[in-house]
Amino acid sequence: MEDDAPVIYGLEFQARALTAQTAETDAIRFLVGTQSLKFDNQIHIIDFDDENNIINKNVLLHQAGEIWHIGASPADKAVLTTCYNKSEFSLYPSDSRVVSCAAVWRMPSDWETGSHESPDDSAHNPQTLELLCHLDNSAHGNAACVLWEPMGDGKRVISLADNHALLWDLQESSTQATVSSTATLEGKGQLKFTSGKWSPHHNCSQLATANDTAIRGWDLRTMSQIYCIENAHGQLVRDLDFNPNRQYYLASCGDDCKVKFWDVRNVQEPVKTLEEHSHWVWSVRYNHSHDQLVLTASSDSRLILSNMVSISSEPFGHLVDDEELSEGEDNHQEDKGKEPLTDSVVSTYEEHEDSVYAAEWSSADPWLFASLSYDGRLVINRVPRALKYRILL
Amino acid sequence: MPTFSTSTKRRVHGMLKLYYGLNEEGKAADQPESLDPCDINGPHFDPEVYLNKLRRECSLGELMDQESCMVKQIRSLDSDMQTLVYENYNKFISATDTIRKMKNDFKKMEDEMDCLSANMAAITEFSACISGTLQDQHTQITKLSGVHTLLRKLQFLFELPARLNKCLELQAYAQAVSSHRRARCVLQQYSHLPSFKGIQDDCHAIMDKLAQELRQKFRDGGSSAKDLSECVELLLQLDEPAEELCDKFLSHARSRLEMDLQGLEAEIRPFPSTPVESEAPGGPARKPSSAVATDILEFIDRGCNEFVSSLCLVITSYQELFINHAQTGELASKNIPQMANGKLHAFVDDLAARYFSLVERRMQEEKGVGDNSLLVRALDRFHRRLQAVAKLLPGSSVPNQGTEIVIRAATERVKQYLAALQSFYMDSLTDVRQALAAPRLAVAGASVAAGGALLGGPASGRDAPTSLPELLSSLSASILNQIKSVLASVHLFTAKDITFSNKPYFKGEFCSQGVRESLVVSFIKFVCQSSRQFCESAGDKGGSTPPALLLLLSRLCLDYETSTISYILTLTDEQFLVQHHSPVTAVTTLCAEAREAAQKLLNHYVKVQGLIISQMLRKSVETRDWVNTIEPRNVRAVMKRVVEDTTSIDVQVGLLYEEGVRKAHSSDSSKRTFSVYSSSRQQARYAASYTPSAPMDTNLLSNIHKLFSERIDIFSSVEFNKVSVMTGIIKISLKTFLECVRLRTFGRYGLQQIQVDCHYLQMYLWRFVSDENLVHFLLDEIVGSTAHRCLDPAPMEQSVIEVICERG
Repeated sequence: MEDDAPVIYGLEFQARALTAQTAETDAIRFLVGTQSLKFDNQIHIIDFDDENNIINKNVLLHQAGEIWHIGASPADKAVLTTCYNKSEFSLYPSDSRVVSCAAVWRMPSDWETGSHESPDDSAHNPQTLELLCHLDNSAHGNAACVLWEPMGDGKRVISLADNHALLWDLQESSTQATVSSTATLEGKGQLKFTSGKWSPHHNCSQLATANDTAIRGWDLRTMSQIYCIENAHGQLVRDLDFNPNRQYYLASCGDDCKVKFWDVRNVQEPVKTLEEHSHWVWSVRYNHSHDQLVLTASSDSRLILSNMVSISSEPFGHLVDDEELSEGEDNHQEDKGKEPLTDSVVSTYEEHEDSVYAAEWSSADPWLFASLSYDGRLVINRVPRALKYRILL
Repeated sequence: MPTFSTSTKRRVHGMLKLYYGLNEEGKAADQPESLDPCDINGPHFDPEVYLNKLRRECSLGELMDQESCMVKQIRSLDSDMQTLVYENYNKFISATDTIRKMKNDFKKMEDEMDCLSANMAAITEFSACISGTLQDQHTQITKLSGVHTLLRKLQFLFELPARLNKCLELQAYAQAVSSHRRARCVLQQYSHLPSFKGIQDDCHAIMDKLAQELRQKFRDGGSSAKDLSECVELLLQLDEPAEELCDKFLSHARSRLEMDLQGLEAEIRPFPSTPVESEAPGGPARKPSSAVATDILEFIDRGCNEFVSSLCLVITSYQELFINHAQTGELASKNIPQMANGKLHAFVDDLAARYFSLVERRMQEEKGVGDNSLLVRALDRFHRRLQAVAKLLPGSSVPNQGTEIVIRAATERVKQYLAALQSFYMDSLTDVRQALAAPRLAVAGASVAAGGALLGGPASGRDAPTSLPELLSSLSASILNQIKSVLASVHLFTAKDITFSNKPYFKGEFCSQGVRESLVVSFIKFVCQSSRQFCESAGDKGGSTPPALLLLLSRLCLDYETSTISYILTLTDEQFLVQHHSPVTAVTTLCAEAREAAQKLLNHYVKVQGLIISQMLRKSVETRDWVNTIEPRNVRAVMKRVVEDTTSIDVQVGLLYEEGVRKAHSSDSSKRTFSVYSSSRQQARYAASYTPSAPMDTNLLSNIHKLFSERIDIFSSVEFNKVSVMTGIIKISLKTFLECVRLRTFGRYGLQQIQVDCHYLQMYLWRFVSDENLVHFLLDEIVGSTAHRCLDPAPMEQSVIEVICERG
């Protein structure tokens, strides 16, 4: 079984922000935000045609500044949030400053049609994002990321800014945002959230955040801390992800080159630790449907797909075999050829030349994922067929 | 006539000669028989011839003379003859007298003989007469004497009760029993007679009383073993049920043995009694020491002397009484030996089990590993004394259990040694840690000096060089010594003069599994294991293990891999003559493990050191406002610090690891201009990136560059040499620098500052790494990324950068 070759797409600018278009479940679509200090930044809408192995791109202008984080609304395909740096450059050096902001945007309704009419012109004549509202947090500091309520109706977002977590209610078609509640991280020193994740479990009432080497869980109803994993990683924690099927399971990654899997009911020890990368791990993502598949991106320019069978929600290897064993010898013979899967690295992807800061699964095709390296290279890959059939059959 | 006369004369002459015992031969022997007829004395003398001869030869005168001479001779001969005849006659007369006298005497005698025979006949007659009359009386007397003996026996019987009573009073039990035994059969036989029945009953009553008393005595238990056995013997003779006796005997013995056991038990916990004993008057110096803790040898000694020897005594007397004795007597038929034997086994097993449990408890208290010989000697004694039991009681499980205890104690001891070794190892590590902490200042001072003298020449850390290798060698030597001494101690278990050393366990399993695997191999594994733990537990915190310790341990593990492990194992195999019956861990496996640990430690060292430098760089990048920074005038202090630290790390690593190979340097590496971002090319590059028409060029250039350089694994394994270690550390630091720079936004002077810093790093770091291009590449990346992140990218002139850097 040959696997399809990866599809590579190059952006003109450096880029860190990548997301799948969460609300879109038919087309394989990713959004990439660029980082350029000099030029107008862009949001590339990457459509992947699975059958023909072709990429279609559309570009929207994001003139507000360079994009550090991007998030797509789970309810409305056209709505997205960005965290961006606004540089106010002045010729007098002391006047220059860089501010991090967050905003909710709407894509122009005809971006798709426009691109179809003149695909070649899109770069020259890009349309502009429509600003819905600012998540104005100047009082709270620089925004690090904005999180949509998973599987929600697109009315609630959380933004992490310095040491505050702000829960916003979006009203009037998201044109107005009001802070409904806040949580503040108290402690000595300058504490700063680096990233966070809104748990899809427990009625979306939990949030996990990372600051320095600690991971904290928050209850959104009371905005109070519910657990804290001190020293989750030896160094900075870069990213988090919740297992979509097991409510207490959480994956984290960080500068100690490790990926750790936690059961938040026991914060003393990780359930499992992976140490496959040779530099900082910037992103960790569970597959939305098959939570044994875990994607990690690292600044060693590699993307690694791991198969964590032992801690997945699916029955673990020989459990199934045991049941079949009782049925008869014949089954047993067959099973022998198919030894139970063990935790393993499925594949290491080396298509990137620079640090890979983001990786995302497609929201439409569970076997497909995209990764983005700093030099602006987006690579779309698939889960190897052999593994796919083994999981499915 | 003359003829006649001569013949007659001759005949008489011959007879006379015969009478006097003179034969002719005798004479002839004296002088040759002369046949000369002229010899007057010869037998063939012929007077005629003789006369003729004389007449012919001799003159007259001579004849006259001859004649006179002859007459004289004849005269003398005649007188002789006369005398002889007279004498013979006298003799004849006296002989005749004698014969006559004899004749008279014989006659007298004959008469007396006749008289005698007559008398004898009379006597015979009388005797026959007397015996005839006495016959009846004789038979009567015989009968009477028979009756007399019977009566005496009867008297004995009748007196028996009284006698028994008396015996009882005098406590002469043995006599009583023997008396009774003599009478018993008779009484039994005649018990149908009322009188005998009475006696029998009386006797029974008395004997019962006696038995009672014996039992009482038996039960009281105060008596000695000898008394006791006598008691039992008597009771047995009294047909007392043997089973009951066995039980009683054993229970009695048990109570005494249990006292011994209690004594032993009290020794196990001597502490409650200590105050009392120590306050006792007398030698206060001696008492407490004995009271506080009797050592194991003393304990076992006491156990052996008191318990085991009493046990042996009990077994012997028991066997004597119930088994050997019974086998000969009538008791044998009742299967008593088997029964008694069974009871004895159960008894011995039970008590031995208790004894063993005590011994084991005592053994467990034997935690200290100071003097193993004491324990071995104690165990030896313990084992040896149990052999006595084995001899007395073949088929008993006691000796085997004893051996098992010895084995357990030995394995326990091996475990303790392992624990001791481990704690020794950890203690030595603590010492090393302290030693490392103490000269810390010296090392730091040296490194500062080295940093300052960088341009002047090679780094001179004079305090540090002596300490690290010395620490390593002393650590290594002390561990090795400890292992050796432990091996020597353990070796005592297999010494030739120890009784249990020839057990198969101590010959085989103990050596291979016990000593080699559980002790030596486990310890080596522990060393590797604990080393790995240093990497894991301390790794996340970073600072808890001093990096120098990691480096030292790494070298230690590497040394183990190259030589020490095989040395230790060879030593063990030689000392214990290990025969590998069961599979044992191979030297190669251990070496691999040690190498892995060494690798892991070194990697971790690189990581930790890299992290320390990374943190400095990261802080310096993160905390600065790069947009509004001022124009660079100096290299930032943190860069100097980085170079200093790197230099001191270099010195530190150089103490323990060899230099390693590096790629050939370019002729003057420190003076190298940064071609990639040197002013001319850089301008072109940036210019390109800011032309809207060709935005791809930026990436193109860097991508092309990357195509030709190898992918760099940042946290990769390092080799066991200095250059590789330093390369690893520098890689980690610079990559951190790069990533941090990418997260920031820079102003013009921010970029210029980074340029200056990178140039400074370039000047000093190339010398540490295996491939200077690596440093170049990473620094290029940093400056390139900074330029990308710069709002107003106006790079500084290379010459200015050089001037600033050279100014320091």
